[in-house]
Amino acid sequence: MFSFVARRLAVAIPTLLILVVLSFILMYAAPGGPFNSERPLPPEVLANIEAKYGLDQPFWKRIYDYIVGVVLHFDFGPSFKFKDRSVNDIIAQGFPVTLTYGSIAFLVAIVVGVSLGVAAAVKQNSWLDYLAVGISIGAQVLPNFVMAPILLLTFTLWLGWLPGGGWNGGQWEHLVMPVIALSTSYMASIARITRSSMLEVLNTNFIRTAQAKGLSMRRVIWKHAMKPAMLPVLSYLGPAFVGMITGSVVIDSFFSTGGIGTFFVNSAFTRDYSVMMGITILVGSLTILFNLLVDVLYAWIDPKIRY
Amino acid sequence: MGRFNGAFEREKFMTLKTTLKATTAAVLFLSGTAAFADSHATHPVTGETLATDQTFTYRDLDESPSIDPGKAEDAAGGDILRDLFEGLMAQDGDGNIVPGVATGYEVSDDKLTYTFTLRDNAKWSNGEPVVAGDFEYAWKRAASPELASPYSWYIELMSIENASAVIAGEMEPSELGVTATDDKTLVVKLTQPLPYFPQMVVHYTTFPVPRATIEEFGDDWTKPGNMVSNGAYILTEHVPQEKLVRERNVNYWDNENTIIEKTTSLVINDENVALTRFLAGELDRTEVPSGQFPALAAEYPDDIMSVPNACSYYYTVNMTDTGNPALQDANVRQALSMAVDRDVIVENVLAGGQKPAYTFTHWATAGFETPDIPMASMTQAERNAKAVEMMEAAGYNKDNPLSVDLIYNTSDAHKGIAIAISQMWKQTLGVETQLSNEEWQVFLETRGNQDYQVARAGWCADYNEASTFLDLMQSESGYNDAKYNNPEVDALLAHAKTADNPQADYTAVEQFIAQDTPIIPIYHYSADKMLRGTVKGWAYDNFQQNWYSKDLYRVVGE
Amino acid sequence: MLPNPVEMDSVVDAIELSQVKGRSLWADARTRFMRNKAAVVSLILLAFVALFALFGGYLAEWERDFVDFSLTGRNAHLGVPSFETGHFFGTDNNGRDLYARVVQGTGISLMVGIVGAMVAVVVGTLYGATAGYFGGRLDGIMMRIVDVLMSIPFMFVLILMLVIFGRSILMLFLGIGLISWLDMARIARGQTLTIKNKEFVEVAVATGVHPIKIILRHIVPNLLGIVIVYATLLVPNMIIFESFISFLGLGVQEPNTSLGALINEGAGTMQYGTLWQIAFPLFFFVVTIFAFFFVGDGLRDALDPKDR
Repeated sequence: MFSFVARRLAVAIPTLLILVVLSFILMYAAPGGPFNSERPLPPEVLANIEAKYGLDQPFWKRIYDYIVGVVLHFDFGPSFKFKDRSVNDIIAQGFPVTLTYGSIAFLVAIVVGVSLGVAAAVKQNSWLDYLAVGISIGAQVLPNFVMAPILLLTFTLWLGWLPGGGWNGGQWEHLVMPVIALSTSYMASIARITRSSMLEVLNTNFIRTAQAKGLSMRRVIWKHAMKPAMLPVLSYLGPAFVGMITGSVVIDSFFSTGGIGTFFVNSAFTRDYSVMMGITILVGSLTILFNLLVDVLYAWIDPKIRY
Repeated sequence: MGRFNGAFEREKFMTLKTTLKATTAAVLFLSGTAAFADSHATHPVTGETLATDQTFTYRDLDESPSIDPGKAEDAAGGDILRDLFEGLMAQDGDGNIVPGVATGYEVSDDKLTYTFTLRDNAKWSNGEPVVAGDFEYAWKRAASPELASPYSWYIELMSIENASAVIAGEMEPSELGVTATDDKTLVVKLTQPLPYFPQMVVHYTTFPVPRATIEEFGDDWTKPGNMVSNGAYILTEHVPQEKLVRERNVNYWDNENTIIEKTTSLVINDENVALTRFLAGELDRTEVPSGQFPALAAEYPDDIMSVPNACSYYYTVNMTDTGNPALQDANVRQALSMAVDRDVIVENVLAGGQKPAYTFTHWATAGFETPDIPMASMTQAERNAKAVEMMEAAGYNKDNPLSVDLIYNTSDAHKGIAIAISQMWKQTLGVETQLSNEEWQVFLETRGNQDYQVARAGWCADYNEASTFLDLMQSESGYNDAKYNNPEVDALLAHAKTADNPQADYTAVEQFIAQDTPIIPIYHYSADKMLRGTVKGWAYDNFQQNWYSKDLYRVVGE
Repeated sequence: MLPNPVEMDSVVDAIELSQVKGRSLWADARTRFMRNKAAVVSLILLAFVALFALFGGYLAEWERDFVDFSLTGRNAHLGVPSFETGHFFGTDNNGRDLYARVVQGTGISLMVGIVGAMVAVVVGTLYGATAGYFGGRLDGIMMRIVDVLMSIPFMFVLILMLVIFGRSILMLFLGIGLISWLDMARIARGQTLTIKNKEFVEVAVATGVHPIKIILRHIVPNLLGIVIVYATLLVPNMIIFESFISFLGLGVQEPNTSLGALINEGAGTMQYGTLWQIAFPLFFFVVTIFAFFFVGDGLRDALDPKDR
C-alpha cells in the first residue's frame, strides 16, 4: 500500500509539471495580451507594465522563474488584472468558498444519491423504483445553468424565501441554491450507479444465501451488500469531484458566490495568466490528490485489489 | 451565450466635462442645516420625508481591477473611488464642476500655471488633515514607472510638465510639474494651455492618496481596515467578486450633509440574474437587459431611467489592403451603411431610448450641432434603393453577392445587433456576412492590427466636446482602426483646435465621414438603468453618468 | 460525467464470453435488447429526433437565419408559437424562427455528440489496442501517459484552447473528443490483453502478419461490442458537455446554433415570459439524452448475459 501511494505521488509531480508547461505555452501563444484596452496604451506605459510583471523577459526565463516561485516559495505571483492583489490572495479568498459549497453539495449528492439508489434497488420495479429512476434521470439531464435560474426565479422572486446570491461568509440561506444546483446531476448519477450495482450484488449467491438463512433485509443490505455495491460509486467520485469544481463556474456566475469558478473563467478571458495558471495548478493538484484518495479507499474496501 | 465575456468590455470612460458653467453655482452644498437623528427627518433642500433606512445597493458587472486611485482603470472602479476619495474638484448632478478638496483655483496669464487652494477643514478618515503634499505625492506616484499604472497616460493627457519624460523613465518622478508650495497650495505647471484642465482634476487618477498608509502596508493598503481615505465614505468590507461596502466617513468635511449611510456594490455577472434580484428588492440599481426596456418601463415606470450617455456605437471598416478588397470602394461602404435600418436597431433590438446615428459625434455633445447628412433625411426605403444602386454600380447584386466578415466582441447585445445588421445586408443587398465573436482581449488585437473586414466599435467621450469623437478620424490617431486617411479631414481637425467656433469644421468632417464611410455610425448610447424610485438625487443630467453616493438619499415610499 | 468504467467491466466479461461461444451471442443480444421496452422506445425516439434534425428543415416556413424585423424585440407578444404565422415554435429575441433554429441546433448537438464520441472511440481504441498488444515497456509508458493525462483538469484546458485559438466546430470536436478517449483507451487495453492470447491472433503472429495489420484486422473488430456500448453512453455526455461550453459563450458561431446555445438563451429570457424559447430546445435536449442513456443501458444489459 505504501509503495503504491509513493508511486502514485511520483507520477503526480511530472503530471503537475506537464500541466504547468502546457498551460504556460497555451497562454504564451495566445493572441491578445492582458494589457490591451480599447485605448491602446502609449508604448512607454506598456513597457513599464511589462517590466513590472517580467513580460519583457524571454520565454525560458519566465517559465523558469514561475516554476521556481511556485515550487520554492509557493508563490503564484501577482495578478495581471487585479492590480491590488496576488494570485495567492485570490485563491485564499475564492477557494474556501468553492470548497464549502462544493463539499456540502458533494455530501448531499452522495447521501441522497445512495439512498435513492438503494431504495430503488431493494424495491425493484415498484413505484418507488420508478420514481427514483425518474427523478434521477430528470435531474441528470437538466443542465445546472437551467436549474440555477429556475431556482432563482422560484425562491427569490416568487417566494421571496432566499437571497438571490452573494456569500456573506457562508450563511445557510446563501448555501441552499448553490448546493441544490450543483448537486442534482451528481446525485442522479450516483443514484443510477448505486441502483444497478446494488441490484447486481443482491442477485449474487452469497446475498441469496444470507436471505435464505432468514436474515432481515435491512441487515443483509447494511452488513453484506452495501460494501461491494459501493465500489462502482467510489470510482465515480473522482470524476464527480472534478465536475463539482468545474460546475462552480456556473454557480459563481448565477449566485455571485465569489468562488474560484468565476476567477478562472474571467482570468482565461482577460488573459490574466497568473491567476489562470494558479487555479489550473490548484485544480490539477486536487484532482490528483482526490483520485489517489479514491484509489486508496477502493483498495481498503475491496481486498481483491492488489497494487 | 457570452454570459461572462461581456464583463470584460470596458470602454474607456472618464470624468471630464467642458461645460464651463460657473463653479460657484453649486447649490447642493448647503452647510449644516439639519440633523438626521429621528426617523422622520426631511431632506434639507427638497423637504421630502427621508426613509429610516439610508442604504444604497447597486450591481456591478465585474470586479474592478483596482481601487487604488493611482492604478484604477475602469468606470465601475471610478464609481467606488468617487465615494471613497475626493479630488480637487468634483461634479454636480448636471456635470458642472464644483469645489472638492480645493475651494478654487487661479490661472496664470499664459494659462500654463494653475494654483489650487485647498480648504482648511478637509481631513483623512484617520483625522489627519488633507494637505497639498498628498496630491503632489499621488500624482507623482501615478506617473512613476515603478507603480506602472495603466492609467499613467492620464497624467500625460493632462499636459503636466515633464509627464512624458517621467513615464518613460527619463526623469525622476520628483521632476513632475506639480508642487505643494505649502500645505494649502498646489501649483501645477502645464506644457500647453488646456481650457478643460479644471474638469480633468475630477478624475480618480488625480485623487490624493495617504502616503503614510501606503508606505506602511504596500499593495495591501487598499484592504478594508488598512485603507485611509478622504471622501464621504470609508471602505468597510471588500470581498472580491462578491461585494464592496462603504460607510459614512465621520471625518469628512461635509459629513453633516451626507444622507446615505452605507453604499454596497454587488458583483453580479449575469444581467438577468441582477434584474431578478432587483425585482426581489435586493438591489436599488441595475442595468436594463438589452431589448427589455419597453416591457420593464411599462411595468415599473417609477423604477427605470434612460438618459443620453456620451458614447457612440459604430462599425469600423478596414480600408487597408489587409481587408476585403471590395470594401476599398467607397460606394460599397456607403451602400452597407445605407442598408442599415437604424430605426429597427434602436426601436426593436435595443429599445431603450438610444438614438439612430448618422454622424459619429453623439447628438447630445455640448456645443455640437448635428450636421445635415443626406442619408439622415431619407426614408429607409429610399436608402435601400440607393444602396442597391450603389452596390450594382460597384458590380455586386443578389446573383453576384458580396461576402464580408464581421467581428464583434462577445456580448449578447453586440450579438443581437450583428445578427440584425447582417440580415439587413442580406435582405436588401444580398450580402453574405460571416459573423464571428471574439473575446475582448483577442478582439482588440485583431481590430488593432487591421486583421478584420468589418468590426464592431464603440467610443465614449473623454470630455464633452465633439473633438473627442472626431479626432479618431485623424489619419495618425492610434484609435483609427479603419486607417482612414483623408488629408482634408486632418486639416479640418487641425484647424478646429484653434478656431473660435469649430462647428463648421466638425460639420465638414462629419460630411466627409458620411461620404467616405470609414465607419458606419449605428446609434448613440443612452444609459438605461433600473433605479429604485425611492432613491433620489441621481445625476440624471450628468452626460458621463458620474454619480456620488453623498448626493443620493432615500425617501419614504408610498 | 463519463460512462462509468466499472459498469463497463460486466460488458467486457460478456464480450469475452461471446468470443468463446462464437457469433451467436450477437443474435442473443439482439433478442435481449428487443425485450427491453424502454430501450426500444428510446431507439425509436432517437430515430425521430434524427429524422427531425435531418429533414425537419423541409417543413420550416422560414430560414433559420432570417430575421423578421417586425418581430425583433417583440417576441414576447408577437413571437408566440403558432401555425398561422408559420413559426411553429415561436421566434427568438432577434425575430428568428425558433423551429428552424431548433432543427439546426438538434443537428449540431447530435453531430457534436456523435463526432466527439467517434474521436474518443477511435483514438482510445487504437491507443489501447496498441498498448495492450505490444505490452511490456511500451504498454507501461503508454498507460503512464494516460494516468498523467487523466489528472489534468481538461475542462479548464478546453476553455483555454477555445479562448486562445478561437472557436470553431472543429476545435470543439477535437477538444471534446480528446478529453474522453482516456477511459476508452484503458478499457480497450484490458480487452486486448485477453484477445491477444487467442489462437487466431497467435496464428497471425506466427505467419508473420504485420503487427499493425493484426491490430486493425484481428484485435479491433473484437473490441466492437464494448466500443458500441461505450460510444452510445458517451454521446449524451458529449452533448451535455457542449451545452456547458455554449453556456460559457464558447460554442458554435452565429447564425449557427446548438441545443445548448438555444437553452442558454432561453434560460436567460425565461423571466420575460418567452417560455417557448427554453421549452422547445430543452424538450429535444432531454429526449435525446434520455434516449441515448436508455439505449446505452439496454445495449449493455443485452451484451451482459447475467440475468437481472
